[in-house]
Amino acid sequence: MIYEVFRQERKGQAFQHAGSIEAPDERFAEWYAREQYGRRGESTALWIAPRYALHPIEDFVDELNRNYHRVDGYPLKEKLKEARERAGTTSPRDR
Amino acid sequence: MAREDEFHEYVQSGGQVEVDDWMPDEYRARLRKFIEMHGNSELMGVLPEREWILRAPTLQRKLALTAKVQDEVGHAQLIYRVVEDLGKPREQCLDDLISGKSKFHNVFHYPTKTWGDVGVIAWLVDAAAIISQKALLKCSYAPYARIMKKICWEESFHILHGRDVVLTLMLGTDDQRELVQEALNRWWGPLMQFHGNPIPPDEDPMYVWRIKSQGNDEARQQFLDGYVPQIWELGLTVPDPELRKDEKTGRWHYTEPDWDELMHVVTGHGPRTADRLDLRRQARENSAWVRSVLLAA
Amino acid sequence: MSERAQLLLAIADDELVLGWRDSEWTGIAPFLEEDVAFSSIAQNEIGHARALYELAAQELCTSADELAFDRQPEEYRCSRLVELRLPEWERTIARHVLYEEADEARLERLKSSDDGELAGLAAKIDREEAYHRMHAQMWSDRLRDEPRFQAALEELRPLVNVREGHSPEFAELWEQMTEVRRSQPAGTTW
Repeated sequence: MIYEVFRQERKGQAFQHAGSIEAPDERFAEWYAREQYGRRGESTALWIAPRYALHPIEDFVDELNRNYHRVDGYPLKEKLKEARERAGTTSPRDR
Repeated sequence: MAREDEFHEYVQSGGQVEVDDWMPDEYRARLRKFIEMHGNSELMGVLPEREWILRAPTLQRKLALTAKVQDEVGHAQLIYRVVEDLGKPREQCLDDLISGKSKFHNVFHYPTKTWGDVGVIAWLVDAAAIISQKALLKCSYAPYARIMKKICWEESFHILHGRDVVLTLMLGTDDQRELVQEALNRWWGPLMQFHGNPIPPDEDPMYVWRIKSQGNDEARQQFLDGYVPQIWELGLTVPDPELRKDEKTGRWHYTEPDWDELMHVVTGHGPRTADRLDLRRQARENSAWVRSVLLAA
Repeated sequence: MSERAQLLLAIADDELVLGWRDSEWTGIAPFLEEDVAFSSIAQNEIGHARALYELAAQELCTSADELAFDRQPEEYRCSRLVELRLPEWERTIARHVLYEEADEARLERLKSSDDGELAGLAAKIDREEAYHRMHAQMWSDRLRDEPRFQAALEELRPLVNVREGHSPEFAELWEQMTEVRRSQPAGTTW
């Protein structure tokens, strides 16, 4: 059975996918993961999971450009310039 | 054809390919074969050094050499997993390796005769390999590029260990210094052949698909530039009277390696090819029962 | 030689020779993941031997390497169990299981020794050996129903505490281990 291995390099960091190993069961998988991804103290912690337990998701739908909840949906430069002119407080940059 | 052209442009401009992405049949085939040969090389590379694990002359050397060989087995594991995810199971790879159907790098077809070989191999053969491996960090096939990162990181101690062994010998008795020179004399030919014949990069499909990102000649020049000065500064001689650096162009001149010999060796006719493959075959047969017991529920 | 030094050498020799034998599997173990794992076990054993030799070396005014390599074959105090060359996986695992069992008992005694240094080192070694025991158990559970594994346990069990004399295989091993060192005068650095 294939087990995926995730490793955390240092405390506080995110766990990242590190690779995969083949093992007959969880006990063996633990031993092998510890060896392949930790024998030189290169990882603080590991997670292992059987490959079948992981479900890839690669399709994300946004047909109608839902930028209302993203930073790129708020281009404020023009409005800000106009508002400053109206208030007579033109920023040095705009002169 | 348009999809292939798109793909070609994509990888040429640095695009990364993951295991489930669409890829042209030719890309997949070449990629898998290339990676498989790398895996074979790591696995076969174990055998020349294994003999010296049992003969290491200090506890430190024993530990370092065992750890180095262990790393190589670990690399084979990483690499064959990538090949398997590309569709060729590990057992099939091992079948093809043992039958001679698939290849492994030239250097692992040669004997290791003395402790001097141990030093020279770890220092110079690993150095030649790491130059190729660093170039593979930019491979368009992402799963392979990712394992190359781990491989390169682990290789860093191999070269230091090799250099330490060599330096210790060079500071030792006359016999010990002679061990190094004699080993270097034997390994120089295979080392010069290691990076492959001088095919121009744009004629090399591996380069065009950005599987390799460095031409063979360029790799060899990098090796010479990095390591000939290190060899000479120890008072060692390189057994090639033509070897010199052209100060104007920065390129190294050398006696053209014997490319026929390289082809002859990698097609399974090296001095130790047959008995090493035989060892692999026997070890595998003897432990077949273990694998079937473990696969049973 | 003090009793303490003799004891240290007996344990160190066990770990050295077992580690040496176990390292023979590096590169040719039944499959790659196990190859990496078993090599770590072999390295740990050599590491334990080194630490034990270093302790003995202080007392005997020599070095760990000299104790490990420069004695005559008859001066080694390892058990017959560890000397054997066992190129069959079932026999190697059987030895692994038997050795870990015996070693666990030995380490327990040492951990409660009045000798602070020895007790401390035993505790460190034991923490690593806990993983070896886990590994041996894991394999033992899997091979339990295999007749060849049972046969190997039967074959090897009587040898656990045999420390009289050495097998001819040990002489061969010693030749291999010391070949490079003997090629140059004593005291040569490698």
